[in-house]
Amino acid sequence: MKNDHTSKVIAEDNYYFLRSCIRQNFFPGAEKVFLDILRNKLGKTVIDDPHHTTCTGIGYHSDIVPFDTYQTTVARQFALMTELGVKNAAVSCITSYGGYNEVLETWEHFPEQETQTREFLKKATGRVFDIPENISHACDIIYKYRNEIAQLAKYKLVNKHTGTPLKVVDHIGCHYAKIFPDKGVGGAEKSTVLTAMVKAWGGESVDYPERRHCCGFGFRHYLIKNNRSYSISNSKKKFESMEPYKPDFIVTNCPGCNMFLDRWQYALAQIEGKTYSGDKNGIPVLSYEELAGLVLGYNPWDMGFQMHQVNIEPLLDKIGVVYNPDEKYLDIKGNPIGEPLFSGCLNE
Amino acid sequence: MKSLTHLLNKDVRLKEGLNACMNCGICTAICPAAEYFEYDPRTIVNAVQSHNEEMIQKLIESDTIWMCGQCMSCKTRCPRNNCPGLIINILRKISQETGAFIKSRLGRQQFLLVKTIGANILKYGYCVNPHSVIPSGHPEQGPVWEWIYENKEKVYERVGANLDKEGAGAMRKIDQEDLNDLDYIFTESGGKLLFQTIEKYSMKKAFELGFTDSKGNPDMERYIDYLQNEDDEE
Repeated sequence: MKNDHTSKVIAEDNYYFLRSCIRQNFFPGAEKVFLDILRNKLGKTVIDDPHHTTCTGIGYHSDIVPFDTYQTTVARQFALMTELGVKNAAVSCITSYGGYNEVLETWEHFPEQETQTREFLKKATGRVFDIPENISHACDIIYKYRNEIAQLAKYKLVNKHTGTPLKVVDHIGCHYAKIFPDKGVGGAEKSTVLTAMVKAWGGESVDYPERRHCCGFGFRHYLIKNNRSYSISNSKKKFESMEPYKPDFIVTNCPGCNMFLDRWQYALAQIEGKTYSGDKNGIPVLSYEELAGLVLGYNPWDMGFQMHQVNIEPLLDKIGVVYNPDEKYLDIKGNPIGEPLFSGCLNE
Repeated sequence: MKSLTHLLNKDVRLKEGLNACMNCGICTAICPAAEYFEYDPRTIVNAVQSHNEEMIQKLIESDTIWMCGQCMSCKTRCPRNNCPGLIINILRKISQETGAFIKSRLGRQQFLLVKTIGANILKYGYCVNPHSVIPSGHPEQGPVWEWIYENKEKVYERVGANLDKEGAGAMRKIDQEDLNDLDYIFTESGGKLLFQTIEKYSMKKAFELGFTDSKGNPDMERYIDYLQNEDDEE
């Protein structure tokens, strides 16, 4: 069951979904549409277990969570999978994905670490665990079924006015493959996990010089307010690099990157008085789940596109997606929630 | 007292992250932090590899080790499969365990992380929670986040999340039993001890800086305010 572009094995079915701290906070609709696509479009079984928690990865890479604690928290997720008899993890977060692989690699090279973790977990919670048979990032699963999604798609990534494929730049979260290149589709240097989706759904992937550069999260650099200039500087470098290619949108596979590339465009526009798209809106930023949902014809407001600072509507209009703009700021009962002061990057 | 090299070698991650560095410097060439700061992972790896105790002591007391952004781009490019970012994790661990972190501005910020990310983990079961992403502290999040924050219940409900409610779903309320599991894990595996260690040395620094209350005890609220506004003197 090896896949194109990779030696990596991606499980076919029966997943245990592990949510992301950042994704569920900023773009919860993306996780919802991922589950819906798997269950209701692809006919897969996926467990959304309320008992799992953070893996503590943000704390681990901010160095306030020791490696022993990190390993034990990861082991607890494995124990919950074991208790439910599920052997395939579907990981929403890129930091978690890199972390799970780091833990398993450590246990392979240092079995005493696994033994100690089992002891910590047993003593703390009474739980025991089996090591999962397969750990895939959620983007791997969408990648695996990209052609099936293309068959079901209502829309193509094509400009309806010109008939030309939309130009798409991608950004791969650092911990997807930079730590363990063999764990990412296409490796770390020439990742194909997102480009293959874009191609399958009718778009044109555009490489750009700083495609591999970090978005700038930097953990402690973003998390502490007076360190954030590091973070925004990294994102600026990426926007400057993609600007000449005039992308129609950015697609990412990482919850944090998705949020930063959306929010930093706004912050940079407020600082610089310009955008990297040439208009007041900025370059729309989508996650792979949102992109899959878009081509499949999900309602943009069900997917939470109203939670993006950079408006997605210009992209929807280019593709010809049928949607009701008047529903953007309505609650679940159809009543107005009020509106943001403005959306997009520049309001003047 | 054990040497710093001994403390470094006790961590299995050093064996994973350091295999005969040849000082080629490609880690520095690819490093986003080296582009942004006066920061050079090659020299840090060299200090650790050569067991240079004096240099390692300087490093754990310095801002330098806190500049790495943990992107791990260094790991991909190293011809020897070294991971300077992982070596940084170990230096930071020793800096915190020995109290050296309070000697640098960036190191002192670890207390802020315990009080935010650390507190979120044990309170909410996740590192991030919409209740704690307060717009006044996050101007970069923009007006849309401000709208989300002010209308959390309705916005999250609209997009199918389960904010603060029982059961499955995004931003659900984590069961007390599950939070207890996390708490016990942190107690058993050293997570709580690290929080307490960071707090202990931070209180010492607050005292040194004169942030005390009327009874002469460290005033940590004033210390936090100081950390949040402490400027780079360089």
